[in-house]
Amino acid sequence: MLEYRAEIALWALSGVLPLIMLAVWRDSNGAATAGLSGAQLSHYFVAAFVVRQFSVVWLIHVFEEDALQGRLSPYLLQPVQPLWRYVAAHLAEQATRVPFVAVMLAALAVLQPSLLWIPSLSQLVLGVLAILGAFALRFLLQTILTMLCFWSERAAALDRLALIPYLFLSGLVAPLQAFPPAIRRLADCTPFPSMVAFPAQLLAGEAVDVIDGFARLALWCAVLLPISLVLWKLGVRRYGAMGA
Amino acid sequence: MLPSAGPIVRATGLCKSFRVAHKQPGLAGTVQHLLHRRYRRVEAVRDLSFVIEPGEMVGFLGPNGAGKTTTLKMLSGLIHPSAGQLEVAGCLPQRRQERFLQQITLVMGNRQQLIWDLPPLDSLRVNAAVYGIDEAEARRRIATLAEMLELGEELHRPVRKLSLGQRMKAELLAALLHNPAVLFLDEPTLGLDVNAQARVRDFLADYNRRTGATVLLTSHYMGDITALCDRVLLIHQGELFHDGPLEALTSRLAPCRQVRLELQQSVPAEAFRPYGELETHHGHHVQLLIPRERLTDQVAALLANFPVVDLEVSDPPVEELIGALFRSAGAER
Repeated sequence: MLEYRAEIALWALSGVLPLIMLAVWRDSNGAATAGLSGAQLSHYFVAAFVVRQFSVVWLIHVFEEDALQGRLSPYLLQPVQPLWRYVAAHLAEQATRVPFVAVMLAALAVLQPSLLWIPSLSQLVLGVLAILGAFALRFLLQTILTMLCFWSERAAALDRLALIPYLFLSGLVAPLQAFPPAIRRLADCTPFPSMVAFPAQLLAGEAVDVIDGFARLALWCAVLLPISLVLWKLGVRRYGAMGA
Repeated sequence: MLPSAGPIVRATGLCKSFRVAHKQPGLAGTVQHLLHRRYRRVEAVRDLSFVIEPGEMVGFLGPNGAGKTTTLKMLSGLIHPSAGQLEVAGCLPQRRQERFLQQITLVMGNRQQLIWDLPPLDSLRVNAAVYGIDEAEARRRIATLAEMLELGEELHRPVRKLSLGQRMKAELLAALLHNPAVLFLDEPTLGLDVNAQARVRDFLADYNRRTGATVLLTSHYMGDITALCDRVLLIHQGELFHDGPLEALTSRLAPCRQVRLELQQSVPAEAFRPYGELETHHGHHVQLLIPRERLTDQVAALLANFPVVDLEVSDPPVEELIGALFRSAGAER
């Protein structure tokens, strides 16, 4: 099982983009332009790193493989919606990440103690809830793309396309305050800020409208859930149990 | 366990066709495929009708590509029929309602539901939760099935470390944990050695006896069919060619029976011509093919007219008969 733990550790390591972005931003005037202090910028990106670690969704890649190889067939023959299996697999993987993320944060605390802070209990509780919401939202959004696997044998490629708006509009590569007002308005019309910026700001202790943030999360989930279910129903009719 | 009286599986005019993209080889073919894709329709199953009564063990035979697996997928609700009606355990399979899924199972010899990196027991616990079986009951069922399948410490080893035979038995255990009333088995002994095949066969016969479950089985090993199934459905060229006992299929495929005679003294070959088709004639040994309807009369006449020491009447092996039928189907395609 050592290989699997190592794999999870490598996946966790591969999610250090926000920390790289922090290094880039610390040496520029961007933080000041965005109205953030150095500490606020650090806390935001470290929080974004944690959010990213626990909201990673890889559904489309395994689902595409399962559909093509016929592994979906036994799941379809069990009296439980097969997507729950994937939700469970994601949650299990997130639980496995906890010690690795803890080790990485501990390393940061030793090397750069100024980057870390101790969030209040309310920040922590709300932050964790927002991360769970961000995961749910990302899972639903990817479910919609994943359902295209029933129509195309290479739907996973579409996820690469969706990665671009996710990277820029979620606040993963830059705090949304750093973007021009027009881009921020555009971002606000999408579910992406709820996937990183909102939970990261909550965790980092920034002043955010908590009710508005959670309402947006709930609204986007309410929009994406029925679309996912309809696409599932239509798609599964097309399932040819290829390879099975 | 059985839902109602009457057939547990009823298929009427079942059809399934697929639209398949048709591409010519080479670069030109690829470009043409990209710009102007051409499709052709493949009729996998055509107008298939049959019923299966509760508790029956039925063999499903046919050459590769005859539509056996497609039919099993339709029966288990994995794919929707293009036309025709289907009812399994009182339900429409394609709706995959919980009541239906609780009553059926599909085992595919080349596919697995066990989690590869974990021991089978972990997958079994997941299955028990999925089917709403409480822990004590799940333990009891696992113990019973494991004993029938002769599985012990294998249930604690990661699936990837098990042999093919052990894996297949663990797959069967996982597929039967919810006590299904209808088993669809697609090549359950595929790739197994002779001993493992025999153990799986014994288990299936035992399971059918103990639970009264209905079994529809496809296999390329005639041994599976002859050992387990009193009735066979044979698909030939996409349609149902035979539905009945295996012996009746033999009669149909082999209208003549083989009669071997051992004589006290040599008799010229010409003397046997009026009795049937002379296959071989070596001194005291003669082999004839005699039409079934004339068999009794002709055997009586042979015994009366020749100095017969020994006489044996037999059918050609069923594997050879069905093999010949499949080969002729292949040649026609």
